[in-house]
Amino acid sequence: MTIPPWLDDFLWTYQNLIHGLGVNGLLALSMYVVLAVGQLSLGQAAFMGLGAYSGALLSMKLHWPFALVLPASCVPPVVFALIIGVPTLRLSGVYLAIATIGLGEVLRSLYLKWDYVGGALGLNGIPERAETWMMFLALGLATLALFLIGRSRFGRAMEAMREDATGAAAMGIDVRRYHLVALVASAVLAGLAGSLAAHASDFISPNEYGFEPAVTILSFALLGGIGNPLAPVAGAWFLTLLPELMRDLPEIRLALNGAIIVLAVLFLPRGLFGWRMKRSGA
Amino acid sequence: MMLLSTHNLTRRYAGLVAVDAVRLEIPEGGIHAVIGPNGAGKTTLFNLLTGIVPPSEGGIVFDGQDIAALPAHRRAALGMARTFQNIRLFSSMSVLENVLTGLHPRLSVGPLATVLRLDRFRAEEREAVASAKAALAMVGLAMEENAPADALSYGDQRRLEIARALVAAPRLLLLDEPAAGMNPAETAALADLVRRIAVGGTTVLLVEHDMGFVMELSETITVLNFGRKIFAGTPEQVRAEPAVVEAYLGARLAAKLRAQAEAQHGQ
Repeated sequence: MTIPPWLDDFLWTYQNLIHGLGVNGLLALSMYVVLAVGQLSLGQAAFMGLGAYSGALLSMKLHWPFALVLPASCVPPVVFALIIGVPTLRLSGVYLAIATIGLGEVLRSLYLKWDYVGGALGLNGIPERAETWMMFLALGLATLALFLIGRSRFGRAMEAMREDATGAAAMGIDVRRYHLVALVASAVLAGLAGSLAAHASDFISPNEYGFEPAVTILSFALLGGIGNPLAPVAGAWFLTLLPELMRDLPEIRLALNGAIIVLAVLFLPRGLFGWRMKRSGA
Repeated sequence: MMLLSTHNLTRRYAGLVAVDAVRLEIPEGGIHAVIGPNGAGKTTLFNLLTGIVPPSEGGIVFDGQDIAALPAHRRAALGMARTFQNIRLFSSMSVLENVLTGLHPRLSVGPLATVLRLDRFRAEEREAVASAKAALAMVGLAMEENAPADALSYGDQRRLEIARALVAAPRLLLLDEPAAGMNPAETAALADLVRRIAVGGTTVLLVEHDMGFVMELSETITVLNFGRKIFAGTPEQVRAEPAVVEAYLGARLAAKLRAQAEAQHGQ
């Protein structure tokens, strides 16, 4: 396959940005699946870090082929999701958010103290094996799968428990099981995003997976909305592209970025892309 | 054989026994009621029966199986459906989608077949939509299927809750104050609907304050007061029972009325 020179130039110049769209899109979906069942978990950055570190270590220390590294780097986030999910899913609302932030910080300080994973310096020289098409294929398949799941009894159950967990239980829906499965799916998506990002940038460090990225991932879904799976992805893309579009205004860039998020949350509670998908699949 | 029975069913809250050692017996078939003054523990009893709150003590047997330790969703899957005193529809969803949600425990196609849109999924979903439309037709909401649930009038929202509970063809339907806030015409239509549900083979257990409604429909009535069962019997027996009249009117007023009645009788 030959790529025309102008497109090659464009891709080369904006490579980081294009990778950011793919990775942040996956992270937005990872946030979406927990919000869609009415849970506020802020463990997505921690899941991403586990995927990034385990993927990088498998590539650098064990020299596994990338086709094995990618699925394998989803395993630690899933194990972590199960370990934190079983005891903490009894919590709800802001308590679960606080618990997951705390557990994320525990992991971050572990990376900082543990020399095998590079300590505060992080890991350097990760082989650049993640291709742009892999990110967008993963994003496309995940969006499609969540859309199809959304238009079925599973999507109805998710929306029902988001509105009223007691009412949903009275309809015969196993709310806790959905919460746990959603957390595991969230871990897979974030782990995949972390591993892809690590193999696209050659360098990772503990602070990429702390509290601030956790809030950024939440803002993707808050800004985009959670009425359908495309909305959080669009929110992520908007927030990824916004700093680039304001490149000529460096002094007020961050302030403007923040102001847009605040205004959107205040005046568009359903998000910028708030349309609600239908829930029957016949 | 009893479809539903409880023994020593008790729920304590700090400083209050909301349901106190209740023995409830609901036979299979027909319409049955639980009545009692405000605060008698009727809604707590419903929440215990359907698993919304766990009992402090006692057992619940449904269809021969002890269900006291089962979570709410398992009880629903066994064929127990309910409506709520304060309506609990999924307000962002359409009327049809609300009813489809009630069908959840009857649907079995897995996530993989769902994502791949296999014929199995499509067939099950088509059948589900047909059942949901039939349930809506039964309660008289066939024309509203695409409206958002929160756009319906109060009475229609109550009927939608019944359709959502009814669609899974439950063995037992629990209605918590179904006639609350309804005008006489709506109440009469509701009585007709409840009768049709019972004729269709679903046992109905209702909590209701509208005494005309209860007396007209019910085969058996269980009376609660301060969390205790004070009487159970047919509507005629309940009407004649002094303890029930006292519970509603207070002992002094009841005694006064009884004395007046006897005086009239003696003349």
